[in-house]
Amino acid sequence: MDIVLQQLVNGLTLGSVYGLIAIGYTMVYGIIGMINFAHGDVYMVSAYITAIALALLTFFGIESFPIILVGTLFLTVAVTGAYGWVIERIAYRPLRSSSRLSVLISAIGMSLILQNYVQLSQGANQQGVPTLLTGALRFHVGDGFVQITYMKLLILFISILGMGVLTYVIQKTKLGRMCRATQQDRKMASILGIDTDKVISTVFVIGAVMAALAGVLVTLDYGAFDFYVGFIIGIKAFTAAVLGGIGSLPGAMLGGLILGLSEALFAGLISSDYKDVFSFSLLVLILIVRPSGLLGKPEVEKV
Amino acid sequence: MSQAVGINFKKSSIDALIAGFMALVLFGPIVGVVLDGYGFNTEFVRVAWMVAAVAVGRFVMSSFFQTEKGIAMAFRYANNDEGVEVLKPGHKSKMVWIIPLVIVIGLLVPFIASKYVLTVVILGLIYVLLGLGLNIVVGLAGLLDLGFVGFYAIGAYGLALGYENLGLGFWSMLPIAALMAAVAGAILGFPVLRMHGDYLAIVTLGFGEIIRLILTNWASFTHGPNGVSAPLPTFFGLEFKRRSSEGQTFHEFFNIPYDSAYKYMFIYIVLFAVVWAVLFIKHRLVKMPIGRAWEALREDEIACRSLGLNHVLVKLSAFMLGASTGGLAGVFFATYQGFVNPSSFTFFESALILAIVVLGGMGSTLGVVIAAFCLTVLPEMLREFAEYRVLMFGILMVVMMIWKPRGIVRVTRTGFAARKGVVK
Repeated sequence: MDIVLQQLVNGLTLGSVYGLIAIGYTMVYGIIGMINFAHGDVYMVSAYITAIALALLTFFGIESFPIILVGTLFLTVAVTGAYGWVIERIAYRPLRSSSRLSVLISAIGMSLILQNYVQLSQGANQQGVPTLLTGALRFHVGDGFVQITYMKLLILFISILGMGVLTYVIQKTKLGRMCRATQQDRKMASILGIDTDKVISTVFVIGAVMAALAGVLVTLDYGAFDFYVGFIIGIKAFTAAVLGGIGSLPGAMLGGLILGLSEALFAGLISSDYKDVFSFSLLVLILIVRPSGLLGKPEVEKV
Repeated sequence: MSQAVGINFKKSSIDALIAGFMALVLFGPIVGVVLDGYGFNTEFVRVAWMVAAVAVGRFVMSSFFQTEKGIAMAFRYANNDEGVEVLKPGHKSKMVWIIPLVIVIGLLVPFIASKYVLTVVILGLIYVLLGLGLNIVVGLAGLLDLGFVGFYAIGAYGLALGYENLGLGFWSMLPIAALMAAVAGAILGFPVLRMHGDYLAIVTLGFGEIIRLILTNWASFTHGPNGVSAPLPTFFGLEFKRRSSEGQTFHEFFNIPYDSAYKYMFIYIVLFAVVWAVLFIKHRLVKMPIGRAWEALREDEIACRSLGLNHVLVKLSAFMLGASTGGLAGVFFATYQGFVNPSSFTFFESALILAIVVLGGMGSTLGVVIAAFCLTVLPEMLREFAEYRVLMFGILMVVMMIWKPRGIVRVTRTGFAARKGVVK
């Protein structure tokens, strides 16, 4: 019983991280209909920038945890956002009118570039960050106990905050209206005076910023990372996006939570060696049974 | 138009400044601050060079695209996504002598080349086979398969595990592995081929990873990351070893001194024959109705389905044929290495094969052969740049998609003339 509860807690935090990354996939897919294959590697870049920001801040003698956290978040979000913008500008914008296959191949190329670029400049070894926030809440359940570390609470808090702000921006602000209009009909939106290229760039930046939030939180919690870390988590976040219905923002968050919870339960109760196999199989299964996902609209092909 | 051809240097300078600033933001942290434990070392000179290179490059580019030539070039590259080039009816290529020439040179290679060169060429040919297989799937049928390495792994592990558990040798596993890979392709393909192109890419990617994870984790059957040894081919039952536990070996039978290069020569000749067989089959298939159906489906799926083409069966045939070619390549890879382990079958391998197909020109056989050799043999020769290999592949993929999405060798096709007696 305590294992199940503990895995539910772990799954909840894991799921909120998947949800944050899945937002990038789902928004980009919604607006230009492409799978941003390099998105997982944007997350990987943000993990490195987190460690670099931490090293810089400690080098300048800052020791209070809240300031370090805010400083790291700010730096990482800013630089990762710039990566998102530049990637769109270089690899995707020139291909706006090309076939979907070309754009996808270009995205795969971009993913390889990012991985090798980080590997060349930072080395192939695994890197790590020190644990900054320790301590946990413990609840006794029957014979055992369930433990929620403060770091996990922080992950939940910041991801809920990030998703809340994003939902507000998309639903209530002018920028959000422009995004939604472009998603519904790009040509019509541009006729109505919306600079769709700018909106698409913004969406890429938003995706990168959400991935950066996930990058900071996971790196602070887990500690270790390398240049290959974006690949697996990228596919899983994509699974989450598909599960929730690709193109749908609440779907990405819901899909992330469901995937995180089911993966944690699978790892805790059945086998942790095969948890990645479980996630990939889940992805294949969803795409076969219900490709439009839980909250997505079925895609209608038009001539 | 004449007065428009002045270069606005102010605009170029602003472009260069913005690009330089972005480069500083991007390269500053990642390149400039190299993590070392929990501390760091700085590399600011490298960052300065990179920022300067980006700014100067942007300035030159911005200026060039303001000249008349540059505008013309930009226009040309914006509209180069056309299909095949159609030649005049009755066109006869002047290059017919090239195929016999290549065969003769190819057959001479094992006898003149050193053992090292031979091993490199064998690797090149294995990638030609992989490229040809993926070319049927991606180039001809337009299905993006990112898990092609899964079929390659099935072939390689098929030989290694088939030998270990069932005692099957190279010659019996060659057809069986092709069949196994084709069946795996069918099992995967049947449910997923109805899907949209992008989804298919991710599902196949997931499939390739599942295969690799199973090979890594199912230690009792596959020996996990330690790998399995694979048998060498035999020459009518004669082994290529120094000493054989049973019967004669190759060099004893022919009464020649033992040389470890014999086995590579033999693998090379068999592989060479198989590559030509695959080339021939593919060449014929493209001209048959099934090949036409693949290409038609790639160009416009809805039109094909409206004309009554069974799109799932057509796609499935391409998928299975590609998979079986990948399986064949896997058998050769296993016997060439004498050993297989899961680390040979990562996603990077799939991306490399995809780069071969993309660079060579989707659907073009000649292009794939050239690209396979370029991408496998060149890195062997330029060992000191080995760490930049992946970076180069990535840049190549992005640049090719922007510049020449149909690859270096354009597909050509002879046009049809109306026959005599046909009413026009």
